[in-house]
Amino acid sequence: MENFTPYSSLAGGILIGISASLLMYLNGRIAGISGIVNGIMNTSSFKEKAWRLAFIVGLISGAFVYAYFFPSSVEPREHVTTGLLVAGGLIVGFGTAMGGGCTSGHGICGISRFSLRSITATMVFLLSGIITVYVVKQLVGA
Amino acid sequence: MAKAFSALLAGAFFGVGLALAGMVDPNKVINFMDITGNWDPSLMFVLGGAVIVTTIAYRFIFAQGKPLFEGDFQLPTMLKLEPKLLFGSSLFGVGWGLIGYCPGPALASVGLRPDEPIIVVVSMLAGMLLYRVVSK
Repeated sequence: MENFTPYSSLAGGILIGISASLLMYLNGRIAGISGIVNGIMNTSSFKEKAWRLAFIVGLISGAFVYAYFFPSSVEPREHVTTGLLVAGGLIVGFGTAMGGGCTSGHGICGISRFSLRSITATMVFLLSGIITVYVVKQLVGA
Repeated sequence: MAKAFSALLAGAFFGVGLALAGMVDPNKVINFMDITGNWDPSLMFVLGGAVIVTTIAYRFIFAQGKPLFEGDFQLPTMLKLEPKLLFGSSLFGVGWGLIGYCPGPALASVGLRPDEPIIVVVSMLAGMLLYRVVSK
């Protein structure tokens, strides 16, 4: 547990909660990233596309500005090849579209609405992620 | 315009939150799922902090009856736990565990590193489109 960061992670979580609350208070929308992104490709309404794109621009800029002031690096991962990234990305996109949400939409907004579907989805993807990481570690031998 | 600006603002909070929480580092995310190895429980604090704030705020927001810039709240109406939800979520977990990126952190990392995130984001978009084609 040498990389445990309870304070910054809690603070980051609180900011994410403020984000989800703002989007509901102002626009009446769930702050689910997969849903927001999927909706850009799914709608022909300009207004729908506009707020969704604006959210993504804000998301990317917010992280960029934070990293500008507090830079950090990511340790390179040998077994994560381009092929694995493509496969993983495809599965994440397909799975979140099929399951109707990801960590933010189901995990944060859904649980906060006490949605049985979201609570179930969150337990399912957490469990499946844990199993996957376990299997990968056995295969890679790390 | 107001709606796009509020989405931009909410997105910025989300992006800063993910970066501050350390969720833009896929190694940290994978360590959270590595419960039998080098476990890092930080992500529970991210989820916990976000859920506590959102649960409390939603109560007040829904009590207002309607959002500020829209006629209605747009909430999911489906209640059934259908196979699609379970199968889709299991798949998502597999992808998440393989690479350590879920949709939010993948997008938020696009401006931080030139290599992994853009590959993940493009593949993720392709996966979403693929599902749309397959599900028709």
